[in-house]
Amino acid sequence: MYLKKLTLTNFKNYSQADYQFTDKINCFVGNNGVGKTNLLDAIHYLSFCKSYFNPIDSQNIRHQEDFFAINGVYIRKEDSPEHLQCIQKRNHRKKFLLNKKEYDRLADHIGQFPLVMISPYDRDLINDGSELRRKYIDSVISQFDKFYLDDLINYHKALFQRNALLKTFSERKYFDTGELEIWDEQMIRLGTIIHEKRKTFLDQFIPIFRHYFNFISCEEEKVDILYQSQLSDGEYGALLADAVGRDRSAQYSTVGIHKDDLDFMISGYPAKRFGSQGQQKAFVIAIKLAQFDYTRNIKGFKPVLLLDDVFDKLDDLRVQQLISLVSENNFGQVFITDTSEDRIRKIFDNMEIEHKIFRISSAVSG
Amino acid sequence: MNIYPSKLLESAVTELSRLPGIGRKTALRLALHLLRRDLTEVEAFGNAVIKLRKEIRYCNECHNISDTEVCSICASAKRDRSTVCVVETIRDVMAIENTGQMSGVYHVLGGIISPMEGIGPEELTIESLVNRVAEGTVKEVVLALPTTIEGDTTNFYLYRRLKDFPLKITTIARGVSIGDELEFTDEVTLGRSILNRTLYEVMFAKKS
Repeated sequence: MYLKKLTLTNFKNYSQADYQFTDKINCFVGNNGVGKTNLLDAIHYLSFCKSYFNPIDSQNIRHQEDFFAINGVYIRKEDSPEHLQCIQKRNHRKKFLLNKKEYDRLADHIGQFPLVMISPYDRDLINDGSELRRKYIDSVISQFDKFYLDDLINYHKALFQRNALLKTFSERKYFDTGELEIWDEQMIRLGTIIHEKRKTFLDQFIPIFRHYFNFISCEEEKVDILYQSQLSDGEYGALLADAVGRDRSAQYSTVGIHKDDLDFMISGYPAKRFGSQGQQKAFVIAIKLAQFDYTRNIKGFKPVLLLDDVFDKLDDLRVQQLISLVSENNFGQVFITDTSEDRIRKIFDNMEIEHKIFRISSAVSG
Repeated sequence: MNIYPSKLLESAVTELSRLPGIGRKTALRLALHLLRRDLTEVEAFGNAVIKLRKEIRYCNECHNISDTEVCSICASAKRDRSTVCVVETIRDVMAIENTGQMSGVYHVLGGIISPMEGIGPEELTIESLVNRVAEGTVKEVVLALPTTIEGDTTNFYLYRRLKDFPLKITTIARGVSIGDELEFTDEVTLGRSILNRTLYEVMFAKKS
């Protein structure tokens, strides 16, 4: 699967732009602010119907214009082009069309043209709160398991209801075990399933992640992802029962899979505090490459890979390793952005790999 | 905001626009329409609304809307009083009645348990259901509540309240809609249908 053609109209800083891509490596080079990342974001739109960076669609319309349109031509099967189109008019609903036919639900499109984006923002995965890490694994798992997403939504509904009940107890100064237990029952049933699925997923995911981390860093640094869950310490029902007193005074539920977290470790220490910037960068790149691998194994074909500014903060050795890795047959079409054309040329001079360099300048983007 | 030529018109519009699904423009259209009708017609309309609110009663047994102390369904001799179908609202009674498949009687809960909206078991007619069951004539309780997490939780609460009585507690089947193609059924529903599959012989027996 690869993106053959991309046409932008009034998208971010582009008034009109046309690109033809190779099915291997495509590099966007140019100075800061010329719109290299915006091209990646446009490609992201075609797969996920939304921006990787800005959740407000209308803010991706070029200033002073009324709409943006992203047109893409994908080749999934031999020589049968498929036309993707995303149109956002100001104050209108976003329209998404596959081969001129509009989707009723955007959710039906997501997953059909799989894509993995690696961006400097991924560092938030290490540095931000646990919610972001839960959201990340949830989004990966639910791409393949619709039941997981359904159970997760229902778990959170039950959780909010239970929290509301705990507040009511405290406001009205009464307590009824029976009323609380019916919500416990739902959370136990759903929480246990979600916990098991997260565990199974991570058991498969972590070895792939380790493999990529060690490959990029060319050494056997001991990295690990530890799944922290209260549910690993005991049976969920018993944990909930033990926590009733605490929950009542806190007025919310203190145990459950909504408290799960992932500890990112380098040589036995938390990457957040003790990892260098380069190590952290290699860490999140390895996570994303593992996601790519996992997606490819389940979908049976290679997702598109977007590498936004990945060379920054990585030493030459790691850059070389990363590029030789994504040039291999396991990877398909790749898009790379960099500010330095020289660096890109140097990297590819040593390699026999089909690549195309696009010089992006503000003159082109108008 | 609109400026109305009459205070009377404005207050009528305000009242009408309180109704669900009615905005101020529709309310104005309705008010002007009422102005064009004969006075007797509008009086009949107004009286019907006032009488509805003042005189409607709720069935002592099932809490359905009724003109009398006991509603026509509960009072009917043709109804099987050993089967009680538990529903959330009066609209659900009407929906199930339209199917013609329920020969038993109903019990309207008046809502489902939802602490976020301040609805606990005591806000619903659950005590009255337990009392009905305790009388001993009920052999089966059919739970026909929404298939949401709140509906499910309410089912579970009712189950716990009723499980010690000698009766059968059933719930309406959930799964693929009649006449649907499997490939267009959403995965979650289809998956649940596989898990909750039923014996074909049993279905056959029911149809004939």
